[in-house]
Parts: sequence; structure tokens; C-alpha cells
Amino acid sequence: MSVDMRTFLAHVELANPITTAAGCAASGRELAQFFDLHRLGALTTRSITMAPRAGRPTPRMAETPSGMLNAVGLQGPGIDAFLERELPWLAQRGIKTIVSIGGGTVAEYSELARRLADAPGVTALEVNLSCPNMEDRGRVFAREGSAAAEVIASVRSIMRYDVPVVAKLAPDVADIVAVARACVDAGADALSMINNPLGMAIDTEALRPSLAAVTGGLSGPAILPLAVRCVWQVHAALPGVPLIGIGGVMTGRDAFQLVLAGACAVGVGTALFHDPYACLRIERELEDLLRARGFQRLADAVGLAHRPPGSAPRHLLVDTEESAP
Amino acid sequence: MAGTPVQVTGTVLTTRRVDAYHALTVVAPGIAERFRPGHFVSVAVGGAYTSMVTRRALSVHDVKSDYGGTVELVFTVRGRGTAWLAERRARDTLDLVGPLGRPFPLPRDPAHCVLVGAEYGSAVLFPLADALLARGCRVDFVLGGAGAERVFGAMRARRIAETTTLTTEDGSLGLRGKVTDALPSVIADTRADAVYACGPMETLRAVTAVGMEFDIPVQVAVEEQMGCGIGVCMTCVIPVIGDDGATRMVRACAEGPVFRGERVRFEDVGTIPFDALGAPGGGARHVS
Repeated sequence: MSVDMRTFLAHVELANPITTAAGCAASGRELAQFFDLHRLGALTTRSITMAPRAGRPTPRMAETPSGMLNAVGLQGPGIDAFLERELPWLAQRGIKTIVSIGGGTVAEYSELARRLADAPGVTALEVNLSCPNMEDRGRVFAREGSAAAEVIASVRSIMRYDVPVVAKLAPDVADIVAVARACVDAGADALSMINNPLGMAIDTEALRPSLAAVTGGLSGPAILPLAVRCVWQVHAALPGVPLIGIGGVMTGRDAFQLVLAGACAVGVGTALFHDPYACLRIERELEDLLRARGFQRLADAVGLAHRPPGSAPRHLLVDTEESAP
Repeated sequence: MAGTPVQVTGTVLTTRRVDAYHALTVVAPGIAERFRPGHFVSVAVGGAYTSMVTRRALSVHDVKSDYGGTVELVFTVRGRGTAWLAERRARDTLDLVGPLGRPFPLPRDPAHCVLVGAEYGSAVLFPLADALLARGCRVDFVLGGAGAERVFGAMRARRIAETTTLTTEDGSLGLRGKVTDALPSVIADTRADAVYACGPMETLRAVTAVGMEFDIPVQVAVEEQMGCGIGVCMTCVIPVIGDDGATRMVRACAEGPVFRGERVRFEDVGTIPFDALGAPGGGARHVS
């Protein structure tokens, strides 16, 4: 018996729930050396910006207990090069592509959405809200519901109706449910959680911060519980909203936790640095875990951990041919 | 298939100390036959339940087709990851990805090549020397380190090269000084056509300066801290001047590790040069 691993991101069907996390798979070519990208549910690109960006100085990375800090600074060639070289490469191969965009102003996000609205091959648009808002003293968009909502509303109004707009939220907020609700009210079709929380490490040999940028995003298994908590809280408050759970997923069991908390798709990031085949392995492990527990469909497991105490697992209430004596 | 990386579970065949460094010979089918000089290999460290999530990029010292294809990896203990690697014993398994990076370009016709290695950076020069010798090139080595025990591969260099010049900063072996102190006379004596170098950035910068003085090409293999080795984590960037004259922050793992020396802006490593493509001020205003 195989498990039906299909999932829906708003109305867009993905063959399986595993996607790469933004900024962890560049634009696909590097991973394509190892496996066929069609085996991913979707590929999420790095965050595309208007202008080319050289990013932050090195050192950009520091390994931390069960994780790593990074301060890459959205290095990339900009939207023109993306539309000219990277997106067509993915589109020609028919790879489901979630394009991540990042900007410093609402106008910049709108312009990026406008440029992508007519581009073929955009399966969904993920709005990276963890960029500092240049119009508001560099305060990160994702930290304030109103700023995040403004971006989402403007992107949603520009993007074609058949391309879901996904808001990517940061965990460094007082009330993630409030930010999530603001984004959904502004028209987000789905939410991506979580972006890297900010962290810092100090090099005890050099006696100074390990990263040139001083602080950086913390990723890896260290943040899995944080992601599970955020997905749980938002799914409890907004059960109808599709969630992409991201944060420290290294195994199928980690992905399963996010699914049970309410995610219908799972992003794999840092694990790709450790193992280029991580997405395929995690997908297989997740399917095995579901099968071992008698699930026929991934969709039946989404948010299942929210059921009230004492109630039987939903899938056991259904008498299936396979389980009949 | 040359160059296409693969992930394999390799079995440690032998472990040994080479001077102050560690060398692991690993049976790595798939990697050995794809390998070309200049490629590197990344390994996962710490075992299945490790808390260490980034891979370690290692130099390849030797590749052999016997025992099913082996690669010999050379490293020095720098932290918890390499300390774990140093504890591996025969029959332990390692998760390897390779070969990675762009290899050394080889001269089309037989040429006189000087190979300059500082510390264990010398390790990558030996497969290169074999390839150059196979093409009828003349190979001369200049190897150096802080002290005698930190000069890697002196014996092997003496066996295969026309001449081998050794330098140590404390004078315990060969000439007192750095490899770049000895390099001009070696280039002059051998009438070298090209220089290949590997070692710390500071050494590569100085070697490139010498090569430019003699107006001969220098190919350098840079050592930069890497997270993934395959080009997705974007942490190993250095400023490099492209064919069009523009400076870009390029990945040492995917676009390198071998670059033409004069293209690398060594003075600006660790910074974003103001004139680099997409540098702050040139339209870039936000961070991730």
C-alpha cells in the first residue's frame, strides 16, 4: 500500500509535500547534479531581489550546537538575471517552482511581483518578509502585522489569481498568530513558517563575533521545536490556511512533527547542506512513517495532533479494506 | 561523468599521520574515477546523531584505482569536526560527496611548472604533479611551513620532481623563510612557464605577486571555510574579477577552488569591495 503524498498549496497541487527552503537550494542547478528535481514537491528559489546583491562579507557562517548561523545577505544576481537565466531553466524542465522575493520597500515587492506576474513557470510566490523595511527605520516587515499585511496586499493585487501568494513569517515576534492573521486578511493564500530567528556566536580564539555581520539567522535542528510551536499556534488559530512548515527538518520524523502540528508542506533547508539528497530521503522517511501508522493519505495527518485528548486517531475511525480481517 | 559529484558511503582503509597532519585513505568508488587534480571532497562529521550540521571540505592527496578506488584525504585538527575525523579507524564508514569544485587547468603542451605549497595545502599538488608529469611537463616543488613537521610531502616531492626547495620559518628544514622567498630564484632557474599554488590566502597573494613579476600565469587553489561544498549555502565567497573586468563575489566551492591568481582580489578577501557587482551602495539596501 502506498501513501497518497499529494498536497495542496491553496489550489495548486504538489506531488509530495517536500520543498526546499528559500536560500538553501540556490536556483536548482546545483542540486540537479545529484537528483532529478521533479522528485521534489516544489523547488523554492533563493530570495530574488530587484538589484544584484553582493551580500555580506565573510565569514558568513558559524556552526553552533545542532545548528548554524548564517549571514549571507540575500546574495544574488537580481530579478533581470533571474528572469533571463534561472527561471527559464526551471520552467523548461517543468519543475514546480516557488519563487521567493525580498525587498526593502513595499514598492520593491510590488515591482518584483509585477515582473514575475507574466513570467512562465511560477508555481507560487513566497514573500520573504524578513527584510528590513527601509520606509520604517529598518524594522523587519515580518515583525509587524501591519507592515507585513501592506506588502502582502500589494503583491496579491498584482499577482495572477492562479498563483498562490505565500507569506513567509519570522519567529522573532511577540505574537506570530497576529502577524499570520494580518497576512491572511491581506490576501495571503498560504503561510511559510519559520524564517531563521536571529542568533549570535562569539569566536573565543579571536575574541570577537564569529560572523562578519555580527548576528545571523539560526537554522538547523536547534530551531525545530520553535517551528513546531509556531506552526501549531497558527494552525490552531487559522485551521483553513495551508502552512509550509520549515525549520530544522533533518529526518522524516521531523517533517512528520510539522505535519501533525498543521503543516501541509515541509521545507528542507540546512539539511541540504549536510546531505544533497536530504529532500528525497525525508520524503521517503515521512511516507514510511505514515504507512506504518496506517495512513492512506498525507492529508489525513495534517494537524492531527490538534485533536482533543481522548479521541481516537482519525484514520483509525475509518475501516479500510487493508485493515479488515 | 568526470566532475559530476556523487554521494557515497566510503570505508576507511588506513589512517596515518603525515608530519603534523592526518591522512585517511577511504574506499570511495565513484569519487576516485571522477577525480581530477584540484577537486576536493566534503565529508559529514560526527556520525548519524551528530549536532554538527555542516560538512567539512577536505583536500585530496592521492587517488588510486586499486581496492575499488581510493582517495586519500589530508586535514589538520581545527575543531570538533576534524577532531572526530582524526579518530576514525580502519573499517569505519564516512559519508563523502565528491569530487567537488573545478580542477586545475593543465597546459596543452609540455611546460615547466613550479608547484608551490604552504603547510598542508601542498597535499592537492601531488595529484596535479602526477598529471603534469604524465603530459611530459617538468615539475619543480617549493614547499614550506612554520617548522619542519609542518612541511607536507617533502619526501614524495623529492621523489617525483626535478627539484624540491623546502622552506621553514624557524629554519628547522631547508631555507629559513617563506615559500615566496625562495620562489623567484626557482622560477628563474627553471625558466618556469607556469606556477600552481595552494595554501593560506596570504601565501597565495604573495605567490601571485611573484608570478606577475615574472609575467607567468599562476593558478591558485584557495582554502575557504565552506558549509556545503556544493554551491548552495553561499558562505564561501571571495571577490574575483571576471572576464568582463567586473568583480563578483563568487563561491570558492562551485566557481573555484582553482582561480587564476591575478583574478582574485586577495587584499579584499573578507570584505565586499565597493565596486563588486551588487555591493552595498550600488542599489543594495537590505539584508536577510
